[in-house]
Amino acid sequence: MSETLTIRLRVNGVEYERAVEPRLLLSDFLRESLGLTGTHVGCEHGICGCCTVLVDGATVRSCLMFAVQADGAEITTIEGLAQGGKLHPLQEAFWDQHALQCGFCTPGMLFSAMELLRENPQPTDPEIREGIAGTICRCTGYHHIIEAVKSAAQKMAEESK
Amino acid sequence: MKPPVFKYLRVASVQEAVSVLAEYGGEAKILAGGQSLVPMMNFRVAQPAVLVDINPVKELDYIRPQDGWLRIGARTRQRSLERTPEVAQKCPLLAAAVKWIGHPQIRNRGTIGGSLVHGDPTAELALVATLLDAELTIQGKGKSRTVGPADFFEGVMATRIDEDEILTQVSFPVIPPRSGYGFRELCIRHGDFAIVAAAAQITLGENGRYAAARVAVSGAGAKALRIRGAEEVLVGEIGSAQVLDAAAARVPGEVEPIGDLKGSEAYRREMAKVFVRRALEDAWSMVKEN
Amino acid sequence: MPQTAPASAIKKWVGQSIRRTEDRLLLTGKGQFLDDMKLPGMYHAAVLRSPYPHAIIKSVDASEALTMPGVRGVLTGEDVGRMSSPFPQAVEEPLEYYCIAVDRARYVGEGIAVVVAEDRYLAEDALQAIRVEYEPLPPVVDVEKAVEEGAPILHPKLGTNIINHRDLRYGDPEAAFAQADVIVGEKFFFPKYSSTPMETFAVIAQYEPIEDIITIWSNFQGPFTMHPVSVAALRTAENRLRFIVPPDIGGAFGIKSSMFPQMVMTALAAKKTGVPVKYIEDRMEHLMSSSSGTDRVTYIEAAARKDGTILGIRKKEMDNVGGYLRSPEPACMYRSTGNQLGPYTIKNLAWDAYVVMTNKCPTGPNRGYGCQQLYFEMERIIDLLADRLAMDPAEIRRKNLIPTDQFPYTTPTGGIYDAGDYVACLDMALQKADYAKLRQEQEKARKKGRLVGIGLATVVDPSVTNIGYITVAYTPEFRSSKKFNPKSGSGETAVVKMDPLGQVSVIINTVPEGQGHETIVAQIVADELTISPDDVRVVSGMDTFTRFWSITTGTYSSRFASVGASAVAMAARKVKEKLLKIAAHQLEVDLDDLELVGGFIQVRGAPERRLSIRRVSGLAHWNQWGLPEGMEPGIHASYTYNFPCSTPPDADDRVDSSATYSFIADLACVEIDPETGQVEIKKYVTVHDCGSIINPKIVEGQIYGSFVHGLGGAFYEEMAYDESGQYLAGSFVDYMCPTAVEAPELIIGHVETPSPLTVLGSKGCGESCTMSVPVCLANAVADALKPLGATINRLPLKPHDIWQLIQDGTSSSAPKDARKRK
Repeated sequence: MSETLTIRLRVNGVEYERAVEPRLLLSDFLRESLGLTGTHVGCEHGICGCCTVLVDGATVRSCLMFAVQADGAEITTIEGLAQGGKLHPLQEAFWDQHALQCGFCTPGMLFSAMELLRENPQPTDPEIREGIAGTICRCTGYHHIIEAVKSAAQKMAEESK
Repeated sequence: MKPPVFKYLRVASVQEAVSVLAEYGGEAKILAGGQSLVPMMNFRVAQPAVLVDINPVKELDYIRPQDGWLRIGARTRQRSLERTPEVAQKCPLLAAAVKWIGHPQIRNRGTIGGSLVHGDPTAELALVATLLDAELTIQGKGKSRTVGPADFFEGVMATRIDEDEILTQVSFPVIPPRSGYGFRELCIRHGDFAIVAAAAQITLGENGRYAAARVAVSGAGAKALRIRGAEEVLVGEIGSAQVLDAAAARVPGEVEPIGDLKGSEAYRREMAKVFVRRALEDAWSMVKEN
Repeated sequence: MPQTAPASAIKKWVGQSIRRTEDRLLLTGKGQFLDDMKLPGMYHAAVLRSPYPHAIIKSVDASEALTMPGVRGVLTGEDVGRMSSPFPQAVEEPLEYYCIAVDRARYVGEGIAVVVAEDRYLAEDALQAIRVEYEPLPPVVDVEKAVEEGAPILHPKLGTNIINHRDLRYGDPEAAFAQADVIVGEKFFFPKYSSTPMETFAVIAQYEPIEDIITIWSNFQGPFTMHPVSVAALRTAENRLRFIVPPDIGGAFGIKSSMFPQMVMTALAAKKTGVPVKYIEDRMEHLMSSSSGTDRVTYIEAAARKDGTILGIRKKEMDNVGGYLRSPEPACMYRSTGNQLGPYTIKNLAWDAYVVMTNKCPTGPNRGYGCQQLYFEMERIIDLLADRLAMDPAEIRRKNLIPTDQFPYTTPTGGIYDAGDYVACLDMALQKADYAKLRQEQEKARKKGRLVGIGLATVVDPSVTNIGYITVAYTPEFRSSKKFNPKSGSGETAVVKMDPLGQVSVIINTVPEGQGHETIVAQIVADELTISPDDVRVVSGMDTFTRFWSITTGTYSSRFASVGASAVAMAARKVKEKLLKIAAHQLEVDLDDLELVGGFIQVRGAPERRLSIRRVSGLAHWNQWGLPEGMEPGIHASYTYNFPCSTPPDADDRVDSSATYSFIADLACVEIDPETGQVEIKKYVTVHDCGSIINPKIVEGQIYGSFVHGLGGAFYEEMAYDESGQYLAGSFVDYMCPTAVEAPELIIGHVETPSPLTVLGSKGCGESCTMSVPVCLANAVADALKPLGATINRLPLKPHDIWQLIQDGTSSSAPKDARKRK
């Protein structure tokens, strides 16, 4: 049998301890071992962005990380975005603006938008487009996503006052 | 597209890393950012028997100005280069180039060392290292050496580093005063690998003439190339459109492009010239402004 | 809720951009996609694929693989040949197409063997241990080379690579060309590309031997014609093969119509190994060996009078369907029969249609469904005609567009355009673009040597498929023979029910893939029953064992807004009628005295005499004695909506291949960087008539989404092969989908001419811009390059292609389909 290593990590605020094979991708670990199927697998070579999660607060393509590398890490998946039943302003804005159709790329869009707004709370349209360009969407044509990010930016700026 | 089996070793120091590399030799591959290596493993075109995870090696994560150089630990994330003020101040060309590397998610994990050792001929960091005559420090068990780009970059996906060695530091010279720079990239989509990319840095001397000029281009050869002919044209001249044109005109003769689906040989040769010209324009504008 | 709500205050949900009911689950990671599903004791499959484009398979030795860790079993081509039959074809010719290669591989990536193991990692490990002996054969990938003397023949029993050929003739094309003042001709090449949904094919199959039942869960989008096709292949019966589709599908775009071979493959793997098997196609497989639209070579001529009236079209088209003809092909060729002449009054057509096999991955529907190929040649040749006649491309189109007072309009090829105002759309597009000013600016820019171009496209966007179209592949003689069973129809079924406590549920079979069907259905039913969309529970997904379905069931060809929505509305009306009848009986009034207002059935003029629909529904369940005599208890109604105009082709090969016909008028303004060949889209206007709009924001989303698919086809995406048949775009590095940075803003306009054929007047809008954008951008680029004498007759246009055209100043007539590897 292949060797396994024990990892301890926190996902969406919950502690987990699991024995994993080194080659198990973080994306598969989250989906299969933890049953968190909100993170989607679209390409497994780091281009489509559907598998994006936050690792220690930074966006990461989970298909390009091994679960063993996440030992000791703090991970947020799309399931962990809404806090106590309340949607994050970005989720709310995506809903209002029809920024998702099939929903498969939505984890990538939400997390990269979140990271963008953290760095740049009032981005211009071109900056938004650049900020989300690491996730491919085949449904929306991106327009409503841009509108949603702008709308969320406004809401978040008001809330932080 | 799942990766093959490998033995996983996590190291926390350079000493540990070189020790493990010495033990496993050619069987071991360093896992840094993973943004180039893991896709290759998922495609099973790379099947290393041993992966040495150097992500915990904090001693290689630093950006330090020192003696006119900006010394950067090999495990420094590309995002740190993007965000750290010292980089924008001391080596703005590097800060400009980093923004062209893929997308934020890639830069969050990707490291400067990983990119350089990988040896992609169109990589932005390799182009800047070539342009500025960066110094690359390489360590092995009981050995250490520092080399320039010419002794490091060999060709497509080929860099001169032994199986038991690890790149530990990259040093870039601080930009001289009265300098301007330009970094331009031709790609089909935002974030793609470059078809061609050009970088230029010119420094004004006391007499208003160019005291120094650096010009380099990637995507028109097996690795990034310094265009010495262009540099020769520029040094000693006063900036003008004609001088810049003359410099750019030297590019086609000095590059050895390889044609592929994204660009024929003829296209790459011409684009190398066009983008050098544009990078020089940027550098010249900057010099004129200051 | 006010006691007496007047009728005018009742909110009309249809026409509003309400938020989608699907989104809360999707936004919080709670979508239910196929790969999210697990079965107890489930194993995983990986597929060994041919590295050769054309080879005889001499032997497959899986003995070593069987000994590897976690491996349960291996399914080989020999197993498949023994356990299944070839898939039925849309043509008579004897073609053997199995779910994986049996004796011969005919494209790079064709399945050779399937490993079933405990997980996908172990399954892929075992692939490397399977020994296959191949005898490579010469390949052919170019569609013209494939029909030449001496070309490698893919299917020896056939003796030719031409799997279908019809030489179709409508009107009197010979006379048209004889009378013409001007004839322009050109050769065009349209590339092979795919909409590549972000979710790949996903299948779980289970075989239950005692009852002999195969259950296949998958993200299949329909049409469910593929169910009987799979039944035949699996040698079973329809009530022993269960197709189940989950509520969420991560995009489909026609591509997931063609996944039935992967479904059958997984079923056979489950049957052989005795365990449930999950197969998730990975991205490399999706790009290399799943599906795409056809690439096409066209020789086309247009004949016109010197005043710009187009008299006729004469063309030879060669569609490249890849290594096998896979159902529903030859769809890409014939799906657009009814709208073959687009929005124009052209009366005469000579259409020589070849469907050719080569060593490429097989094709199928791809968003646009053959119309992007068709309109590329049509709208380009019209621009070339405009050039020749020194006419403005807007004016030559205006001259030939079907006038507004001629609807419904029957085309020479049998299409019946239900409603439209083409001229109004064109005018709106020109007005929104400020066309005259654009041309002036172009003049000024050209004087400075800038390459600015303006392109137009006016296209008919057909929605709903009348499956009769596929029989145009047969000759009229064959169709009138005893052997032949005609095909026709376009139906879709919806069920509306009310439960004992009065809750409304709607069951739809349209297997939505992101189009918001659940929301739209809730809007429709809310209006019909005067309740709120929040009160309507919509159940999507599909199950061939428990739902009422037919071969046309599914989402494809933009049919939901037409036939799906109509079925829902009619089923809701049946429920409403039953509720009214029960209330009339209870309140002892005539049916005509009742009206439905705000969820209450009340007596006209005496609204205090009323019953809530919940109460009435409850009565139908709890107290059947209180029902009118002879009425069945309970409240549920199903309705299968169909279009009477969906008839088989006639003896002259005319067929109304769709039912409702939308229209698009596009205008693009581009500027080309002469140094690099890069194209900047400065302005893009797109005016749509998709009939009555049910949810404006959803329609806008379809326009933007389909635009980016079209943009991909124009500038970025190609499933390219080299001359030796090697596939070149096996990753998202090489197969380039546009990102948010490449997608421009659009100026969108709407004209609404309601369809007389649908309940709400709605027509389809799901494909829209995929049909118009490739050619509109091509026309704009061609216009930009006009001063240099270059022309555009192929796609995609990458910067280096345009740069080369600028250097050459000539047209790139040679299709680069078979590329030399440099």
